[in-house]
Amino acid sequence: MTRFIIRRLLVTIPVLIGIVFIVFVLARVVPGDPCRAVLGERATDAVCDAFITRYGLDKAIIPGLFKANHAVAFHIEQIPTTLLDNQFVAYLGQLAQGDLGTSIKHSRPVTTLLIERLPTTVELTIMAMLFAVSVGIPLGLISGYRHNSKADVGTMVVANFGVSIPVFVLGLALAFLFGLVLKGTPFALPPSARLSTGVEMVPLATVWGLENLQGPLRGILDFFSGLYIPAGIISGQFNVSFDAFRHLILPAIALGTIPLAIIARITRSSLLEVLGQDFVRTARAKGVKERSVILRHATRNALLPVVTVIGLQLGALLSGAVLTESVFNLAGVGRTMFEAITGRDYVVVQGLTLIIALIYVTVNLIVDISYGFLDPRVRAR
Amino acid sequence: MSTQEQIALAEATPVQATVPIATARPASLWRDTLGSVLRQRSARVGLLMLTFLVLVAIFAPVIATHDPYQSLLGVEPGVVKRSGPCIHVLGCPASQPEHIFGTDGNFRDLYSRVVYGARTSLTVGVAAVTFAIVIGTIIGAIAGYLGGTSDNVLMRLMDVLLAFPALLLAIAIVTAAGRSLVNALIAIAIVSIPVYARIVRSTVLTTREADFVTASKALGESGFGILVRRIMPNSITPLIVAATLGVGGAVLEIAALAFVGVTGDVSNPEWGSIIGLERDQIFRAPHIILIPGIAITITVLAFNLLGDGLRDALDPRLNR
Repeated sequence: MTRFIIRRLLVTIPVLIGIVFIVFVLARVVPGDPCRAVLGERATDAVCDAFITRYGLDKAIIPGLFKANHAVAFHIEQIPTTLLDNQFVAYLGQLAQGDLGTSIKHSRPVTTLLIERLPTTVELTIMAMLFAVSVGIPLGLISGYRHNSKADVGTMVVANFGVSIPVFVLGLALAFLFGLVLKGTPFALPPSARLSTGVEMVPLATVWGLENLQGPLRGILDFFSGLYIPAGIISGQFNVSFDAFRHLILPAIALGTIPLAIIARITRSSLLEVLGQDFVRTARAKGVKERSVILRHATRNALLPVVTVIGLQLGALLSGAVLTESVFNLAGVGRTMFEAITGRDYVVVQGLTLIIALIYVTVNLIVDISYGFLDPRVRAR
Repeated sequence: MSTQEQIALAEATPVQATVPIATARPASLWRDTLGSVLRQRSARVGLLMLTFLVLVAIFAPVIATHDPYQSLLGVEPGVVKRSGPCIHVLGCPASQPEHIFGTDGNFRDLYSRVVYGARTSLTVGVAAVTFAIVIGTIIGAIAGYLGGTSDNVLMRLMDVLLAFPALLLAIAIVTAAGRSLVNALIAIAIVSIPVYARIVRSTVLTTREADFVTASKALGESGFGILVRRIMPNSITPLIVAATLGVGGAVLEIAALAFVGVTGDVSNPEWGSIIGLERDQIFRAPHIILIPGIAITITVLAFNLLGDGLRDALDPRLNR
C-alpha cells in the first residue's frame, strides 16, 4: 500500500510541474500590456517602465524567450546567458520558500487572498458534493433495482436534464424561484451573498483570545474561521452557521446537479451489472434476504465505480464554481481566478492554479487510495 | 451473387434465417447499425430534437420575425425594452408591438435572437468537436502505435490538460489569444483533445497485437497503412459516441464562455451572451434569461440523448 501511494505521488510531480510551467508561460506571452491592464490606460511610459522593472517583466520568461514591446521573441543565442537569470527560475525559487507572490492588482500576498477566499469555495464544493452524493446514490440504487419501472424512467429523465442544463441558467432560475416567486413563504431562500447583512462572524482568533498568534498557524486558524458553518458551530455562533447554511443551499444545488445526475447514472448502471453476477445469484440461492442481497452484497460492489466518478467530478466542480460564485455573488476562489485571468494579474493566476492543481491531485490520490481500501484486488496489484 | 454466398449471408444473419433464402436481403453494416440505433428510444427522441434544431438554424432568416442585431428603439412605435412576450392571437393588446419572446435590454426582438442563436451554438459546437477529434486522433494514434517515450510524453501532456478545470483553461486560452468567438471555439477544442486522444490510443493499444494486424504485417503492408486501414477503423464507433456527447458538452462550454463575457462582440446572437448581458435582470425580466436557457438545455439534451442511444446501439459490450 505504501509503495502504491509513493508511486502515485511520484507520478503526480511531473504533472504539477507541467501545469505550473504551462500557466507561467501562457500568462506571460499573452498579448497586451500587463502594466496598463493593472495601472489603467493612462499610465505614462515612465511609470510603466518602473513597473516592468519592479516585477522583473523585462527579463527572459524562460531561457531565450523574451517579451518586449508587445511582441514575443525567441533569441536562441541568448539561451546561455539567461539559463538561470529568467522569470521562471526566480519564480521556482520563490515557490520553494512557500511564497506564492503578491497580487499586482490587490497589492496583497496571494496566500492572504487564499485564506480569505478559499474557505467559501471549499464549503460550497463540499455542500454541493454532499447534495449530489446523498441524493444521487439513492436515486441510482432505486432506479437500478427497479429497472425499467416508472421510478427508473423518471430518474433517468431527470438525470438527462440535470447534465444538460447550464450551471448558470440553473443558478439564476433557482434564484428567481426561491428569491422572488417564493418570497414571503417559508420556502424562500437568500439568492446571493454568503451572510445576511447584519450577521457577522467573529473570527476564531478573537473568540479564543489568540489574536497575538502569527505565522502559518494564524493562517490556518483564519482559514478555518472562513468555513462559517463548522467554525460557527465550534465557537457557539449558531446563528452565523445557520445563516451561512441557508445562503449556501441554492448555490450548492446549482453546482451539485450535474454531479448528482452523473452519480445517479453510474450507480444505476453499476448496480445493474453487479445484480447480474454469479455471487448475487449464489447469495439469493443460499436464501439470503433480498434486502441483505441488495444492501450488503450488491450495493457495496456497485459503489466502487461511483467513488472514482466522485473524484473525477472535482475538476468539473471547480469549473462550475467559477459560474456559481459569479451568479450568487460569492467571493470565492473561482471568481477570484476568473477576475485574475481577465485582469492579467499573473501572480494570482499562477498561485491559484498551483493550489487548484494541488487540491485536484490530492483528491484524486485520496480516491485512488480509498479504492484500494474498498477493493482488495486493487491493493494486490 | 452465387447461391453459396447467399447461404453464407443468411447464416451470418440468424434473424433472417427463417425467411426463404432466395428473398433474404443481404446484410448491410450501415442499415443494421441505423436499425439498431433507431430501436433506442433515447436516440429517436434526440434525433427528432436535433432535426428540429438544425431546421431552425438553417431557416433562421425565414423563421425570425426581426433582424437579430437591430435595436428597435425609434424604429418600431411603442417598443419597450425588456418587455415580456406579447403574441396578438393569444390576447396581447393590439396596441403593443408583437414580440413572441418579448424584447431584450437593447430593444431587440428576443425571439429572433434566440432563433439565430441556434446557428451559433450548433456551428461552434460541431466545429470545436471536429477540430478536437482531428488533433486528438493524431495524438492518440501516434502515442498508441509508437508507444514508449512518445506515448509517455504525449499522454502526460494530455494529463496536464485534464488536470486543470476545463472552463478556467478555456478562459485563459481565450484571454491569451484575444476575446472572440473563433478563439473561444479553439479553446474549447483544445481542452477536449485529451478525451479523443485517450479513446484512439486505447483502441490502438488493444488492436495493435490482434491477429489481423499481424497478418497485414506478414503481407508487407506499411506501418502507416496498417495504422490507418487496419487499426483506426476500430476506433470509429467509440469516437462517434464520444463526439455526439462532446458536441453537447461544447455547446454548454461555449455558452459558459459567452456568459462570462470572453467571446468578444456581445451583439452577436449567442444564447450564453444573451443571458450574461441581462443576468442582473433575473428578478425584473426573467424571460430574457430563462428562454435562452431553455434553448441551451434542449440543444445539449438532444446531443446527450442521441449519444446515449448511439452508445447503447453500437457498443456490443452493453448488449444485455
